[in-house]
Amino acid sequence: MNGARWRLASRCVAAIAGGYALASTLPVALVALVALAAPVAPGAMAHADAALVALQLSFVVYTAAVVWAFAARSASLAWAVPVLAALLSHGLAWTLL
Amino acid sequence: MAWLHTWLGLLLGGLLYFMFITGTLGYLDTGIDRWMRPELPAARYPLPPEPALRQAQAFLQSHAGGARRWGITLPIDRNEPYLRVSWQGEAGSGAAYLDPGSGQPIATRATGGGQTLYQLHWRLHYLPAPASEWIVGLATLVLLIALVTGMIVHRKIFADFFTFRPSRGQRSWLDAHNLASVVSLPFQLMITYSGLIFVMFTLMPLIPAAWYGAGKSGQQAFLDAVFPPLAPAQAAGRPAALVPLEQLLQDVRAQWGAASVASIDIQAPQDGQARVQVVGDFAAGPLRAAPILVYDGVSGARLAQRPAWQSAPKAFRDLLLGLHEGLFAPPVLRALYALSGLLGAAMIATGMVLWTVKRRQRGERHAGLGLVERLNVAIILGLPVAIAAYFWANRLLPLDLGRRADWEVHTLFLAWLLMFVWAALRPARRAWQEQALLAAALCAGLPLLNALTSAHHLGRALAGHDTAMAGFDLAALVAGALFAGIARALARRRALSG
Repeated sequence: MNGARWRLASRCVAAIAGGYALASTLPVALVALVALAAPVAPGAMAHADAALVALQLSFVVYTAAVVWAFAARSASLAWAVPVLAALLSHGLAWTLL
Repeated sequence: MAWLHTWLGLLLGGLLYFMFITGTLGYLDTGIDRWMRPELPAARYPLPPEPALRQAQAFLQSHAGGARRWGITLPIDRNEPYLRVSWQGEAGSGAAYLDPGSGQPIATRATGGGQTLYQLHWRLHYLPAPASEWIVGLATLVLLIALVTGMIVHRKIFADFFTFRPSRGQRSWLDAHNLASVVSLPFQLMITYSGLIFVMFTLMPLIPAAWYGAGKSGQQAFLDAVFPPLAPAQAAGRPAALVPLEQLLQDVRAQWGAASVASIDIQAPQDGQARVQVVGDFAAGPLRAAPILVYDGVSGARLAQRPAWQSAPKAFRDLLLGLHEGLFAPPVLRALYALSGLLGAAMIATGMVLWTVKRRQRGERHAGLGLVERLNVAIILGLPVAIAAYFWANRLLPLDLGRRADWEVHTLFLAWLLMFVWAALRPARRAWQEQALLAAALCAGLPLLNALTSAHHLGRALAGHDTAMAGFDLAALVAGALFAGIARALARRRALSG
């Protein structure tokens, strides 16, 4: 398999795995951030609501990550951005929740 | 971007086409149910709930006294046009349509009906439930990406909007593909994103885990928070008479006003700890949500309630689910829904054909192209043939056949398999024309089959305002005409190109 094929395969894996990682972490971080700024009424629903918002956002994030994986200038960038963003989001969510 | 769009379409186009066809037919499942149970009389709805409840309770008491769960569905609208009861217990489970006047069960043939077509849309067949959910969920995600990449590729959307160049080979197919997609684009985006919401708990388990912890217990805690159980109770094991259900309606009306009761679910019906759950209409509006009231089955005291609206995030989910199912839609919007579903199928089918036409025109001649050409005809025309065969089986299979409902579905898949074999054995061009003719014959033949095998032929159905029965026959005629038109266009094309 030549270089171009490897790079293409790399983008595919970045889309699938990197995209999933980003879609599982960025929405959580975003919701946690918003919850900081706009406090929600306490109660059993509060966490469930937050999770519901994050869940419903996640597919937008996933689609964007996949488009990025194939639009990025290089295969390395296709990986780097989602992975870094996912790590940052995970860290942020971990501190906030 | 075009590469991604093309590959996603090539790999999953067939499955997505299947989902669009079964989804569109599933949208009309109640009408199809009626046609596939010709023993039923024309539906009359809405009916006053008290007499219906009385009849249903009497029937269940005498026929399913030992069951641990009863269900009653009231005839309120087009989505639930008949009085139905169901029961589950050690002695077995069952369901029956009841005549609301006499309370007697109406004997209907064993059939999966339109409900089975609807289930094929999201549950597929012959696969374990988790596998189906993942496959359908991933296919939907792929469709979303294909839509977005398609939009990126077709950026000059307004300049090209009204372009349609017929008889130019792959250019025409591309124009048809673009037209079908652009005209129905808002619907396609909505239906795809909302489809993902149905499976989001399964596809994205790590997200709720951030708040509720990972693993099964975290998952269950999250689900219990979103769908809190209402006054649950274990069966006490001591027998007690169930309160007459119509008595509960007074309190229901005090709580809900004029809103209709759609169904009643009774746990441990003849037990001291019986629970009666009264559920409102999920299809009353675009939000797929209904208020629920829970009563003590012996004393009739109200124990718990859940309003339709609980929180904005949950309501947003309910809105997306409701928009996807489209059950709330009045007639004109309903027709638009069905038409948009067919446009979605056309969007995918034209894409599938475009792929092969483009490569044929470039002079490519490899085995993969031949394979895809044959798969295309077997999928695009073979599936309608198979579904028509399902309807033919509904009327022709012996009524006393064991597992009759299963065999109707086996007929669908056997017929589809036959179409694949046919496409493998014939040159692609001939297969297209032959399967189109077969689809035309099978569809157009359905009203005749109906007249020969039931008491509700088209004339009688129209006169008796049996809209579901008449609608099915008319739609079958239109479908037959459509396939005949396709066959004719193909024959003319072959005559021109020699």
